[in-house]
Amino acid sequence: MNVEWYIVLSALLFATGAIGILVRRSPMVILLCLELMLNAGNLALVAFSRMVGNGQGQVFAIVVMVIAACEVVVGLGLIVAIFRRRLPLNVDDLRELRG
Amino acid sequence: MTATAWAWLVLLLPLLGSIVIGLGFRVLPAKVAGVVGTVAIGLAFACGVGALLCLLGEDPEARHHASSLWTYASAAGLDVKLGIFVDPLSVFMVLVVTGVSTLIHLYSYGYMQSDQGYHRFFSYLNFFVFSMLLLVLAGNFVLLIVGWAFVGFASYALISFWYRRTTATRAGMKAFVINVVGDIGLTLAAFLIFRELGSFDYGEVFAKAPTVFHTNEWTITAICLLLLVGAFAKSAQLPFHTWLPDAMEGPTPVSSLIHAATMVTAGVYLIARTHVLFELAPTAADISAFVGLATLLVAGTIALVMTDLKRAIAYSTMSQIGYMVVGVSIGAYSAGMFHLMTHAFFKALLFMAAGSIIAAMANEQNIDKMSGFGKAMRFTSIAMVCGGLALAAFPGTSGFFSKDEILAYADARGGMYVIFTVLGYLGAFLTAVYTFRLIFRVLPGRPCPEAQELIDTGHVHHAHPFNPATGEEEDTDVGFPGSEHHIAEGSPPMKIAMGVLAFLALFGGLIQVPGLDDAVTKFLDPVFAGSPLIAIEPSTLADWEGLGVGAAISVVGIAVAWWLYIAQPTAPAILQRRLKPLYTLFANKWYFDEAISLLIVRPALAVGRFANRVFERVVVDGLVSGTEGTVRGAGGVVRAVQNGFVRSYALLLIAGFAGLALYFLLSSS
Repeated sequence: MNVEWYIVLSALLFATGAIGILVRRSPMVILLCLELMLNAGNLALVAFSRMVGNGQGQVFAIVVMVIAACEVVVGLGLIVAIFRRRLPLNVDDLRELRG
Repeated sequence: MTATAWAWLVLLLPLLGSIVIGLGFRVLPAKVAGVVGTVAIGLAFACGVGALLCLLGEDPEARHHASSLWTYASAAGLDVKLGIFVDPLSVFMVLVVTGVSTLIHLYSYGYMQSDQGYHRFFSYLNFFVFSMLLLVLAGNFVLLIVGWAFVGFASYALISFWYRRTTATRAGMKAFVINVVGDIGLTLAAFLIFRELGSFDYGEVFAKAPTVFHTNEWTITAICLLLLVGAFAKSAQLPFHTWLPDAMEGPTPVSSLIHAATMVTAGVYLIARTHVLFELAPTAADISAFVGLATLLVAGTIALVMTDLKRAIAYSTMSQIGYMVVGVSIGAYSAGMFHLMTHAFFKALLFMAAGSIIAAMANEQNIDKMSGFGKAMRFTSIAMVCGGLALAAFPGTSGFFSKDEILAYADARGGMYVIFTVLGYLGAFLTAVYTFRLIFRVLPGRPCPEAQELIDTGHVHHAHPFNPATGEEEDTDVGFPGSEHHIAEGSPPMKIAMGVLAFLALFGGLIQVPGLDDAVTKFLDPVFAGSPLIAIEPSTLADWEGLGVGAAISVVGIAVAWWLYIAQPTAPAILQRRLKPLYTLFANKWYFDEAISLLIVRPALAVGRFANRVFERVVVDGLVSGTEGTVRGAGGVVRAVQNGFVRSYALLLIAGFAGLALYFLLSSS
């Protein structure tokens, strides 16, 4: 199969994730969309790796997965902390650090 | 111990004294502070004697030593050490400064007793002595400037010592500003010396100067003229003299020590120290001599009409320093230094006597209100007469020998220098008249109320605390002369100090009697050995002729004063009316204050006002608020972006990356 299809799919996934981050207000959904964007990147990495014919891209994909896992831990932790403090689960209301 | 080790000790002791008293003012009882201050200076004098003995034990040619503790500044081509230079000239100055200072500290111990700022006074006084010693012992021009500026500060602090009096603070500022003008002259001279000779070190500068400069070359003349600005400002010579009479606002021991005996002679010392340079610039030396001559005559005439006791003596100081400046400028170096020494004795003594009388008058300084103190204060009047005789160069006293030596040298040098002899004798006549005018007006006659009180009850008069200069009521807290006063009659330390000085004033001249001993000349000669001018020496016969003339003039002057103020008490008033224009000129101090105000102060004020109104408001404020506005505006724009909406940050981020990606895509294709 041609590599272009994978790239197109990856681009579509990335755009979906980006739009999701921009339009949604729930931190939970934003976290999901972030995951989507990371995995779009992973898809592209794996596809290129296959095209080139060595395993380097796959190694990068695994590294990205590790980072994604860490990010999820921190992000979910933040969300739980916000929830525990009975703060609104809405990123537009959480703007105390504005300039 | 070597001479330099003694000299370092001389420097260290007053500094220690100043620090101990200055820091320990809460702990030390007042008496202890006075003792510490006096003993520190006394020990410094002893160390000075040690240095003198060391020098005397050496070959006359080898009597100069440089020593340094550490390097003060070291850079490309510049090597300034914290170094001192010990030779007969500096040791001579050290002995005069510490000797007279010890006695004046002793006097202050009694005189200032009821002043609330007793510790402060002694701390300042010790600091002054340290600065003065640094000035005379410095081994290079940089350290000289340091000492020079310290002395200026000490003088400022002590003139404004009674800081509750506006007159005192204003006088202090005036003295400081004029002294700073002198500092600038001295600093510029040092820069020029460094540019031309590549060194600040005395030894190197004086060795190199004759090989680098031609006689009367413009650079060396400029250097000498700039040095003279420094010297004249410190030594109160025309036209920088106006601060000295005002400096009499300070406590009397200060007038005695700083503004008569030591600090004001720094200029004379400077000229003597840099005589090598002045011999290369005879024009500058002549200018200096003529300024000295003008000062001695102008100040003498003003002293004739002053009614303020201390100011009259201050003008006399200016006049006597004029003699010294003439002396060291025309080449009579050791005569000038000798006059410096004798002047320190008799002028310090005169001020001490005046201080005692002023204390008895409860700070009143106007001689019109004084009379009859001869009966009321026997010891003080005897001291005053001793000082007056020496100042008037009465035959046999110290001033008699020192003053005439300068004039005899001028005569021996011949040519136009004879002017100095002739006008110098005129000045000597004025000196005799004004000195005895003071004495005859203050001491004899019917006792004034204050003197009568002293005779009747034995109490010193205590007036209400009014500033005698302005009449305003005084703030009687710290920084005020104190409501109690001390006179020599009731204070043994003051008596001792005055007694010693009276002895020195009368007999101090005997160490240098022409043809007999010449101790000062012999001691100082090695310093000036390379000078061609030193070969000119009046013969002993000429010296004694000069002394004869001087004696006659002095006696005539005293007689005239006696005739005017004792025999014909109405004569001064008649003379005053007859010579109205002259009297007005003298009484207004030759209008120097007014001229300086018109020529310098007012234009400077106008420039300042212009700068304030136009330059400051428009240019400076415009620049400052313009910069501020720009930064604030830019900050506002950036702040609007920081709105706290995470999603808008994300949008910016994505838009930015998209833009970048687009740019690279477009530019790569």
